[in-house]
This record gives sequence, C-alpha cells and structure tokens, in this order.
Amino acid sequence: MAVYKKPESMADIPLHFCPGCSHGIVHRLVCEVIDEMGIEGETVGVCPVGCAVTSYNYFNCDVVAAAHGRAPAVATGIKRSIPDRFVFTYQGDGDLAAIGTAEAVHSATRGENITVIFINNTIYGMTGGQMAPTTLPGQVTQTTPFGRDPKVAGYPVRICELISTLTGTAYAERVSVDSPAHINAAKKAIRKGFEVQKAGLGFSIIEVLSTCPTNWGMTPVAAVERVRSEMIPYYPLGVYKDITESEKE
Amino acid sequence: MSEKKLMKGNEALAEAAVRAGCKCYFGYPITPQTEIAAYMSKRMAKSGGVFLQAESEIAAINMVYGAASAGVRAMTSSSSPGVSLKSEGISYIAGCDLPCVIVNVQRGGPGLGGIQPSQSDYYMAAKAGGHGDFFMIVYAPGSVQEMADFAVRAFDTADKYRMPVMILSDGLLGQMMEPVVFPEITEKAPEKPWACVGHENKRKHNIVNSLYLVPEDLENSNRERFKKYDIVKAELPEADCYLTEDAEIIVTGYGASARIARSAVNAARAEGIKAGLIRPITLWPFPEKAYADTVDRAKAYLVVEMSMGQMVDDVRLATSCKRPVEFFGRTGGVIPKPSEVLEKIRELDKKYNKA
Amino acid sequence: MTSEIQLAGFGGQGILFAGKVLAYCGMLADREVSWLPCYGPEMRGGTCNCSVCLSDEPIGSPTVDEPDIIIAMNDPSFRKFIDTVKPGGFAFVDSTLVTASTDRNDIKVFCVPATRLASDNDLAGGANIILIGKLIRETGIISMDDIEAAIREIVPPKKAQLIENNLKAIKIGYEFM
Repeated sequence: MAVYKKPESMADIPLHFCPGCSHGIVHRLVCEVIDEMGIEGETVGVCPVGCAVTSYNYFNCDVVAAAHGRAPAVATGIKRSIPDRFVFTYQGDGDLAAIGTAEAVHSATRGENITVIFINNTIYGMTGGQMAPTTLPGQVTQTTPFGRDPKVAGYPVRICELISTLTGTAYAERVSVDSPAHINAAKKAIRKGFEVQKAGLGFSIIEVLSTCPTNWGMTPVAAVERVRSEMIPYYPLGVYKDITESEKE
Repeated sequence: MSEKKLMKGNEALAEAAVRAGCKCYFGYPITPQTEIAAYMSKRMAKSGGVFLQAESEIAAINMVYGAASAGVRAMTSSSSPGVSLKSEGISYIAGCDLPCVIVNVQRGGPGLGGIQPSQSDYYMAAKAGGHGDFFMIVYAPGSVQEMADFAVRAFDTADKYRMPVMILSDGLLGQMMEPVVFPEITEKAPEKPWACVGHENKRKHNIVNSLYLVPEDLENSNRERFKKYDIVKAELPEADCYLTEDAEIIVTGYGASARIARSAVNAARAEGIKAGLIRPITLWPFPEKAYADTVDRAKAYLVVEMSMGQMVDDVRLATSCKRPVEFFGRTGGVIPKPSEVLEKIRELDKKYNKA
Repeated sequence: MTSEIQLAGFGGQGILFAGKVLAYCGMLADREVSWLPCYGPEMRGGTCNCSVCLSDEPIGSPTVDEPDIIIAMNDPSFRKFIDTVKPGGFAFVDSTLVTASTDRNDIKVFCVPATRLASDNDLAGGANIILIGKLIRETGIISMDDIEAAIREIVPPKKAQLIENNLKAIKIGYEFM
C-alpha cells in the first residue's frame, strides 16, 4: 500500500503559501522529481524574489537566493563552476518575465544547461497583487484598477513561445496544476527538464500556470476554474520545444 | 623563475588573477577595461577556467555571485558606469558574506561621462558600493606591478574575510605598460564548507541568502558583520609613506594621482620645500594611522585626486581636522600635471609654513 | 637620468609599437620604464600618441608634459608637440609627411624622410622604426644590442618575417645622414 508522505528533499515544515496557491504543489513536484532521480545531494537550487523568496527553507538541497530577476545569471555562475551538478531556478512571472527578462532570454540563448521552473499566475503575489507582465487583458489588479488596458499597459508576455524560438533552448513546455491529470503532466514535464539537463542538452524551462486566490480575490475553487476558463485559452498548454524529439526524427 | 614582462596594467591584473586561482571571470566590454575581458577570453581557454561575456554588467556580477556561492574564486571587471550597474549584486554579495573580486578601471563621470582616466568613484568604492549597511575592501594599485600584486592579494583577502574586494584602478594604470614580475603564489584558497555545491547527503543543506524577515535577525546579522569589519580595520589598513618623516607639506593621493604627486614632491624637495607623500593602498579600511602619525609635524595637507574631491573627506577625518587640508584635482578625464601640483605645494608652503 | 619621449602621428603609423620598442629596450637595460598610450576612438585612424619614460629612478607621472625627445610623424603632431620639447632636446620628424617647420634653435631637429625611405626599401609601415634608428644614433639613450633584442622579443612569432624588416629599418635610420 502506498503511503502518502512528503518527499525526502522537501523540508518537513509548514509552507507559508496562502490556501489554494499552486506554489505548494509545484514545490512538491520538483522535490518528487529530485527524489525519484536520487539527486538531492548533487543539486543546487536558485530561488527568486517573489512569493517563493523563502523556498530555501523548503528545498532540502543546497540553495542560493538570487536578487530579483537574476536567478538565471546566478544559476549560470553556479553551473559553470560545478558543471557536474544539477542546477535549477524557481521563478515567478514578475521575476522572470519583467525585471529578469534579459537574464532568462540570454541564459536560454546560451543554452545554459539549467532547468527553469517558471510560475505564471498573472500577478505580483508578494507585493500584494500588482500587474505582472503576464496579467491578462482586462484583468483587474492593484495597478490596473480598471482592468489591464493593452493600449496603456501593453500585452501579456508568452514566455514559452518566446523562449522556444531560441536555438539554445532544449526544452520548453507549458503545464498547469489545476487538475490531477494536469498535475501528473506537470510532474512529467519537470522530470523531462531535469533529464534534459542530465543529458547536457541545454536550457529547459517548464512554465506552470498557477493560481493566486488571495490576490485574484477568489476562492481556491474559483481560482482553479479561472485557470481553465481564462488562462489556458490565452496560454495554451503543450510542448513548445523539445530537441530530444527532433533528434529522434 | 619569474622574469620581467612589459605589460599593460589591465593585462597584468588579468594574468595575476588567473595565477591566483581565479576560476571564473564574467565581464562585459567597456573602455578602458576591455583588455581584461579580452585577455581572460584567451587565458581561461588555456587554463581550463571559465570566461563568459555576460549580457549585461548586472548579469556578470550575478554570475560572480553564483560562482562565489559555489565556492570558486571569481572575478568581474568594469569601468565606472558599469560598476554602478553592478552595485545591486555587490550588495547581495556583501549581505551573503561571499568572497569575490571586482575591478573598477575608472573613467570620467557622471553619466556616460568620458573614457579618459578618472578617480571619481571613490565614494562608490569606499562608502557606498550599493544599498544597505556594508563595506567592501578596496585596494588602490599605483603601478602595473601593483595591478598584478593586488589582484593576488585581493583574492586572498576576500577569502580570508569572506568579503567582496574591489581593486580601484583607473584608465591610466589600466592602459599603461610597465615591467611586471608576477608574484609567487604562496597562499591556497581555504576550504569553504559553506559553499553550495550539493551536500551529497553528508551534511545539512547550505543556504546562501541575505534575506531576514525578522528585523532583529537582520540587525544581528549586520552587527556580526560589523564586528568582522572591526577586525579588518585593525588588520588591513596600509599606506605607502614617502619622505614623510620630516615633511611639513604632506601631499596625499591614491593610484595614478599619487604617481603625479610623487613627481611634484620630488620637484618640491629640489626647491627646498619639505614635502612628503602619503599614498593610501587600502581605501577601505582607510589608513588613518599614516595621517595621525604625521599630524603633529605637518603644517598642511594637500589632497590630489582626479575628481572634484572625494578622498579629501577621509583625510580631514584622519587628521581630526587639526591641520588645514586643501585640495587640488582635475576631473572629467584630465590628468593633473606634476607642475600644477608643484605650484599648489609652493602655495601651501608659503601660506602655512613661511607665513 | 630620465628620458621622456613623446611619439605622435596618425593611427596606423605604428606609433604605439615604436613606443613599445623604446620601453622594451629600457626594460632590457634594467631601467625603470613606462609606456602610456592615448586610447579610445583616437586609436582608430585619428591622431595617435604615446609617452615613454626611461629612467634610473622610479617613475612618478607616466605622462609627459615637456619631453626630452619627440617623434612626429604628421603635421598636427608636429605642431602640437614641437613647442613642448625641453631646451636642449631632440625632435625626430618624418619629413615625407611633415611640411611645417619650427624656428626653435634651442633644440636639435632631425628631418628624416622616413616614409619615403621605407617605401624605397620595400619596408611598408617601417617609417616609425626608421625614425627610432635615427633616434638611437643621435641620442644614444639606448644601445643597438638592446634594440635588436627588443624587436626580436616584441614581434609576435606569427609575424616573424617582420623581425628582419624592422632590423633593416633601424639600420636605415641609423645610417641616414
């Protein structure tokens, strides 16, 4: 009989995330993958500035806390220094797609052999619900009180589509954690990212469509429903790039 | 055995850094320091180290942060506007007690300024390298030989105190050639049990982090760090004193300015003026004792800088304002002439000594 | 003794290289030396100059305000530096390219048609070193042994054929009367 327990590579302490937030699920998926691959002792994580800023308390592997947006540059420094170790970043949408766009794009185009876990919840969570680069048109946030007007605030950034155009990107997939089936698919994608890194193929990114019930002003159930009804149509799920597939052909 | 080589300051620094065990160099092109990046791109390929041209100065310093977190000797270099961009990363490095070396080959500012030699980043180096309560150790080389010597010393000192160390140079020292003999490497990098290299299931996980959400925790962390700074202040200050034993007019400046001042001091001596020179080698910690030791005999001090006057404040503090401290500077990339400094020495001699 | 030398001309005439040769000679003779170039956009085809100090004492400022010796390889450089030469000093002028003249009689001016001599002898780009040859003869601040050793050291192995050319240029300058 399978006993449900926390992954070994996840600290046995309560998470600080809000009820209904997807961060806890994604943390768990990353740790399950680390456990299954048996690589906790040879992994260095890089955590961001944002709601996951204290992830160093939750991941039992070694962790370096990066400045806002700089995680891919920090990960580059680590990976180049100790290339035989697994290095992953865990970043939100403000961190990766706004202030850290340059670091993300250039680490991808260099083909840095790192895995990026990218949480897209269309909002700045930690600072209390401001517009993110991924905020949908019409979405109300603290800094788009009348709804995001693309004429003023521009359009949302589709990171997987953008990053997949770069030659150095080995793997890019967008997943969601709104249902058990999608959660299983998300875990498979994260595993794939780490496998791509293990094979030394280059940059891998897993974009995870996530909830933020607190800052969306919704119940957790309604938040999950929003992922399905509003986010997935704008941010289609799927594999955007997979060089292991093209190698098979 | 070591032999003399005729090299540019920038190249001598880069070569010495590699010899000192620099495993990772991350840089970005900017005049007048680009020779460091160019040299490293060739040299690291041969030595098996890492050279990476980053997409920005910000990325470069954060790559250094990552490499330092992984326990290797890492360095970046830039010139004034680029160092402004690095200040965020420098603050994080200081806040995480990481050792690394940052080189600033100064040019004129503010803004894009110019590309000629300047010393207007003294405050940024010695006082305010970024946000928050912290300092970095600052070495000021005065020759191509010292560009090499201090590169080695910077890595040793950074590891010893787990602090970022800046080598504050300028376009003149970076671009000029002089003979250099590379120093023997005696010290080895210490063990770094705190580094994030994967715990191999043999220890608790290491965390490199500067975030403290509880104010008292952050205060404690800062107080601990400042206790370390007290040790650094006791152990590290260094100055080169030239003809100061009987000096009445004490000229002081660092780096390129000190060379020019030295020529002027020699000329003043030839005229019978008892001039001397204090050249700070560490700008932080500032070598206060070198000034305190001369203050009873000296009639006046003359600070020479390639700026509008930044180190002059520290000289006033180091002399407890007991003697007049005057300033002569050229800025914007103009290099002061020894004759201009000599004229100012004569003026001080007349005003404070012969009066 | 200290010799302060200013070399100036167009970018591409080998001003920085000629300066480096002088500095290298000084180093081989175990003297204190410094070489300070202009840098930046000026290097890419505009006017170009560098300062070299050779001394028996530690060198303070590597900048040269009143040179003992100048090498001028174009008109703007000649005009800029001729009046800065110390009384009793030397000026070595590429008279193929410099048309301006000076009425200073407190310095020794040597006009050498270096660019023409270089092309006559199939030594394109060798005018700078021809002027160095003349400088050695007239000032005696460096020895022929050191200059040969310096050239052999500085010319990169990839361009080894240039060593003989440079040595020939030195000889032409040295023997030019």
